[in-house]
Amino acid sequence: MHELGIVKHVIKTLHDVALENNVRRIGSVTLEVGEVSGVVLDQLVDCWNYFREKDELVKGAPLFVERVPAVTFCTTCEKEYPTVAHGKTCPHCGSTETYLLRGNEFSIKQIEAEVNEDA
Amino acid sequence: MSDTPFDIIEVRAGVEAENERFAAQVRDITARKGVFLINLMASPGAGKTTLLCRIIDALSPTYKIGVMEADMDADVDSYTVTAHGAKALQLRTGTSCHVDAKMMLRGLDCFQDPLPDVIILENVGNLVCPAEFDVGADLKLMILSVPEGDDKPLKYPLMFTVSDLMVINKIDTAPIFDFNTEKCKAHVRALNPEMQVFPLSAKTGDGMDAFLSRLQDVIAHTLTEKRKGAAK
Repeated sequence: MHELGIVKHVIKTLHDVALENNVRRIGSVTLEVGEVSGVVLDQLVDCWNYFREKDELVKGAPLFVERVPAVTFCTTCEKEYPTVAHGKTCPHCGSTETYLLRGNEFSIKQIEAEVNEDA
Repeated sequence: MSDTPFDIIEVRAGVEAENERFAAQVRDITARKGVFLINLMASPGAGKTTLLCRIIDALSPTYKIGVMEADMDADVDSYTVTAHGAKALQLRTGTSCHVDAKMMLRGLDCFQDPLPDVIILENVGNLVCPAEFDVGADLKLMILSVPEGDDKPLKYPLMFTVSDLMVINKIDTAPIFDFNTEKCKAHVRALNPEMQVFPLSAKTGDGMDAFLSRLQDVIAHTLTEKRKGAAK
């Protein structure tokens, strides 16, 4: 539901990055998206494909997504386990005293960019 | 990649929703001005406005109360809470299903200095989106009402995960709706072991005392800390 806003924000961030690095055009964008970040990838890509055509900087640039698997840490037995399969309950000891280690992230990892040489 | 004109640039920029920046600004204002901010969330019809009026009645001898009423349309709730002596502000969200931190910031701007001691945001009736948007509140208070059913924590887990304090309202109707309070609490504990749950009826007053006394403790403690910090 909020993917449209996320894409607009990504493009805004890319404009900042382009300005800092003297980038003329962006060839591709790679995102890191956690498994439990709550972002719906299909919708994200649809929104990207729509908006990139309206923006000269990212026109035609494909969006690549690297999924970060979600891992939870159990404070009772101090073991890690995959979040999606087991939720908040540790499969090793049954404790619910657990917290998410990673899998909630959403970041722009890298871009392919055509840089202005003359500046 | 060497046959393309492209360089690889590492960005490593977290796409923090803009919302988080605005939420931080809200926290900064409430810390400086000594305001306790409550984000009240629940489904439509759970009894937000009735509970809110009870809270206003209990707190108003001690604190100046401000209320932000968020609705997609209409301002009926503003009139209701004004009758209970609170300053009310109507946020008309239009097609938006929640209040975000930017709206909250604009809302804070509309209260005149000195700001009320306690500001309560009555969020849009919805168990989904309001849970996703941090508005910078000190307390996320949610209501589940008995007619909604004891299985709601299973269906809307995020709301029950992010809230700090939960009211089970309309407890006087539990026999009619086969609502199992213990089962509901167990579902909540699995998601959020820290959550404090208060079964009550805002209509009959049953269970209100325990809830209000807990709420008053939290507010008094937080405001003391904020005012100490602001005085430095």
